[in-house]
Amino acid sequence: MRILLVEDDAEVARFVRKGLQETGHVVEHAGNGRDGLFLAASEQFDILVLDRMLPGGVDGVRLVETLRAQGNRTPVLFLSALSAVDERVKGLKAGGDDYLVKPFAFAELLARVEALARRPSVDAPATRLKIADLEMDLLSRTVTRGGKRIEIQPREFRLLEHLLRHAGQVVTRTMLLEKVWDYHFDPQTNVIDVHVSRLRQKVDKGFDKPLIHTVRNAGYMIRAEA
Amino acid sequence: MRWSGGGRPYGRPVPEPIPHAWDPLLRFVRSASFRFALLFAGVFSASAVLFALVLWFATAGSLDRQTDAALRTDAYGLVERSREAGPAAVVEAIAERLAADVENHAIYLMIAADGRRLAGNLDRWPVEAEGDGTWAVALVAREGSQVEARTYTIDLDGYRVLIGRDVNEKQRLRELLAEGIAWSAAAAGIFALIGAAVLRRALEHRLRPASQTAQAIAAGDLSRRVPSSGREDEFDRLGESMNAMLDRIDWLMAGIRGVSDSIAHDLRTPIARARAKLEEALADASDADALRAAMEQGITDLDNITRVFEALLRIAEAEAGARRAAFAPIDLVPVLADVAEFYGAVAESRGQSIETDLPERLELVGDRDLLAQAVGNLLDNALKFTPAGGTVRLSAQSRIRDGIEIAVADTGPGLPPEDRARAGERFFRADASRATPGSGLGLSLVLAVAHLHGGELELEDASPGDTPPGLLAVIRLGRA
Repeated sequence: MRILLVEDDAEVARFVRKGLQETGHVVEHAGNGRDGLFLAASEQFDILVLDRMLPGGVDGVRLVETLRAQGNRTPVLFLSALSAVDERVKGLKAGGDDYLVKPFAFAELLARVEALARRPSVDAPATRLKIADLEMDLLSRTVTRGGKRIEIQPREFRLLEHLLRHAGQVVTRTMLLEKVWDYHFDPQTNVIDVHVSRLRQKVDKGFDKPLIHTVRNAGYMIRAEA
Repeated sequence: MRWSGGGRPYGRPVPEPIPHAWDPLLRFVRSASFRFALLFAGVFSASAVLFALVLWFATAGSLDRQTDAALRTDAYGLVERSREAGPAAVVEAIAERLAADVENHAIYLMIAADGRRLAGNLDRWPVEAEGDGTWAVALVAREGSQVEARTYTIDLDGYRVLIGRDVNEKQRLRELLAEGIAWSAAAAGIFALIGAAVLRRALEHRLRPASQTAQAIAAGDLSRRVPSSGREDEFDRLGESMNAMLDRIDWLMAGIRGVSDSIAHDLRTPIARARAKLEEALADASDADALRAAMEQGITDLDNITRVFEALLRIAEAEAGARRAAFAPIDLVPVLADVAEFYGAVAESRGQSIETDLPERLELVGDRDLLAQAVGNLLDNALKFTPAGGTVRLSAQSRIRDGIEIAVADTGPGLPPEDRARAGERFFRADASRATPGSGLGLSLVLAVAHLHGGELELEDASPGDTPPGLLAVIRLGRA
């Protein structure tokens, strides 16, 4: 993927750039908002990773607003040292698609970048999600594996749905907390792990090949091969 | 709460205006006290003018009306005589009346159709007096001198009669009156100016404590308050609101200071620990694996420090009331049910259970995320201290007087009464809880969220008398 990183802190920029390049992405970097806007407007990118506060008169929010006003719909991930909820809302309202507060683990950033870039298209809503022999019917809200019906609670259904929509991608605990429960706080306990292991009990127990995998230091991933 | 970096600490710099000779005067004219004083002077002068007008019409006007009434009565009398006894009787009556007029104010003249004078004390008919039943003010020649007279003219069967009164004396009276009014107007003007000056001074005097306090605070002395005059008037109320505002600012500043103190004290230890471990690993690690493990541990430590930091910021945010911007009308029941379900999985994994007792609906205006987090913290706490197989109860109800009540009860060891008051303090951990994981910030957040929603947090024994008593945490939310 071609990624534009607009970040004024040289160390953070270097770290993010190196990490993204190592995972096979092409990264362009701009050190201030004006250069970032110029690059974003003149070239084609799959995703923009923007610092919320930038020098050069054009901050992250302004940059996105300008792009969106020009009809540019490239997904935007904000990086920000501003953690207040109002700031998050401001960033998303301006046209940002996701918001990550500094300091962050690189795994978290990578997972979010990949989730954003491969967002399921809104135009063709899927009615069935499938991986290996696991099938989810979004209309009848049923889950089967190997033809056998799995009894699943509504919240587990949403959890599994989110994992399936991002099959093959790492989904972090924070992403699950935000997307499945719409919570933006630290639950103190490893609640997400407990929920995933409960789901795992239903989906993987008694089958040869597990589908839900734990990715160390990152989160979870649903995929067909072990 | 954030501070914008740099710049002057108090207020933004204002461009200095170029001094000018007119400036003090301009400032004086623009001052509110000057305008109030001007208003006072204006109202005072207007009432003085009104008073003078009323006086004028009541005296000079009444004299005129009296004269007119006398003339009219006189005229009716003559008309009556003429009808009863003819013109000759009128001539007689005029002579009688002139003879009876001691003050020598009366003026009569009766002429025939051909202009012949029949009776009266005027030499000739004044040009100002015209047809039947008309009033006039005429200059008449009488006894060799010109006098001003008020006249009334009537026609009697071809004869014309003029009845009048010499008003020269009344004119003099009127002049005297006008002079008096002019003098009093001047006096009123002077009083208006003095009054305005006094009013201005009084206003400035009453406003001075407030402005002096504001200046002292702008200069950095936040402990200053506006003194009360004890009169409980508008100025005192202004002072009270200013003081309430200053108390609030002081409280917020104290909160920020508290957070920075906590950050300084309580993050220093984990940071020092993480640093020590890394340094030790650098010096002693025998192989790459050990070094790697130490670095991973270092990152975990840093993540934990970040979590504590985030929690502190969130508490500060709630305490500062900054999150009221995110307030919206919500139904609390699904929020509580979701949180119970969220932590229910944790309870289940430990062989515990969460029971809920929720009504149909609980409407309130609040911040969903913060409320969920607060109740989540209470549930998390309760689960930590409840033995395996135990039950945590989450209930909520609406009380007519107290607003909404959310209660979390556990069957754990409870909290000794002496610790309850301190439970909401940041980083406070009761002795009994030192062995369990936790940051000591959970209840601080609950307390801050309760306050943000105009409520309180109360801690009691869940089942008093039993051993263990269990802990009952109740969030009472106002109807805000």
